[in-house]
Amino acid sequence: MSVHTIEAALSADKPAFHLEEEPHHPEGSSTMLGFWIYLMSDCLIFAMLFAAFGVLGGNYAAGPAPKDLFDLPLVALNTAMLLFSSITYGFAMLAMERGKVAQTQTWLAITGLFGLCFLGIELYEFAHLIHEGATPQRSAFLSAFFTLVGTHGLHVTFGIIWLVTLMVQVARRGLIAANKRRLMCLSMFWHFLDVIWIGVFTFVYLMGMLR
Amino acid sequence: MSAAKSESPASDAVGHPDHEAHGHGSFRGYMTGFVLSVILTAIPFALVMTGVLSANVTAMLVMAAAVVQIVVHMIFFLHMNTKSEGGWTMMALIFTIVIVAICLAGSLWVMYHLNVNMMPGAHQMTGMG
Repeated sequence: MSVHTIEAALSADKPAFHLEEEPHHPEGSSTMLGFWIYLMSDCLIFAMLFAAFGVLGGNYAAGPAPKDLFDLPLVALNTAMLLFSSITYGFAMLAMERGKVAQTQTWLAITGLFGLCFLGIELYEFAHLIHEGATPQRSAFLSAFFTLVGTHGLHVTFGIIWLVTLMVQVARRGLIAANKRRLMCLSMFWHFLDVIWIGVFTFVYLMGMLR
Repeated sequence: MSAAKSESPASDAVGHPDHEAHGHGSFRGYMTGFVLSVILTAIPFALVMTGVLSANVTAMLVMAAAVVQIVVHMIFFLHMNTKSEGGWTMMALIFTIVIVAICLAGSLWVMYHLNVNMMPGAHQMTGMG
């Protein structure tokens, strides 16, 4: 079909439709795949940290074990925060598709607030653990725990910074193609962090309580 | 999907036909993913917090719920399918899963046997994944 259009366009000596969009095409079309490959490499970082936790997670050095430390209702609340932020980011993407700037911004702001709640709860948990003497230096289990959960928390922190940056971008330039692409990248990043958190609450907290 | 396609020429001059498969969900899709995720999160937390089943059975169910939930997130939130970007996202995902599986299984297996062989009887290796 496209070959016919090209031939028709050339023979008619008119500007071909596909030529107009050709220069713009590479700018956006490879971003999603490239960002996906970044996420996969990030996934490998987390896989290594999970492996370290899997190997060292039972080495308490006569210190506190998961049963003495973890507060499951708090973890459940944290999980809920991240899950809510995932669905509100989804709503932001749906509003973006409809071209509604105000709605997109509102959902992004709500997503950011849920993200901040998640971080707040996590920092409260860390402070509580350290206050009880369960510092990263205490045992191999705690080193692996703080590294894994802390790395995830750091990702969420940078996700929130990125989210605020994009809200400013959208406020200044609107929902232009470049901003839509950036919002789609952050969408993948944000949902990816939720996927990692599934692994964290399952293998670190829930399986830890079963040990 | 058809709504997104009919909308894109009007919404911006820059056409990007490859993007339609990516990042665009429906309200229904997001809600389905959300409800499934809530259920798949609530079940393992409830099992561990109440302790109604034995530790081994609970562990199996918790891991099964996690695997299913990861797939749910992949499909409904990350919109993974075999066609986006000409199948290359799926190829990258499969490659990553293979590497992750080798690293996790290899680390746990090697270190478990190292511990068992270095400390016979003196160390009880409970809960090695």
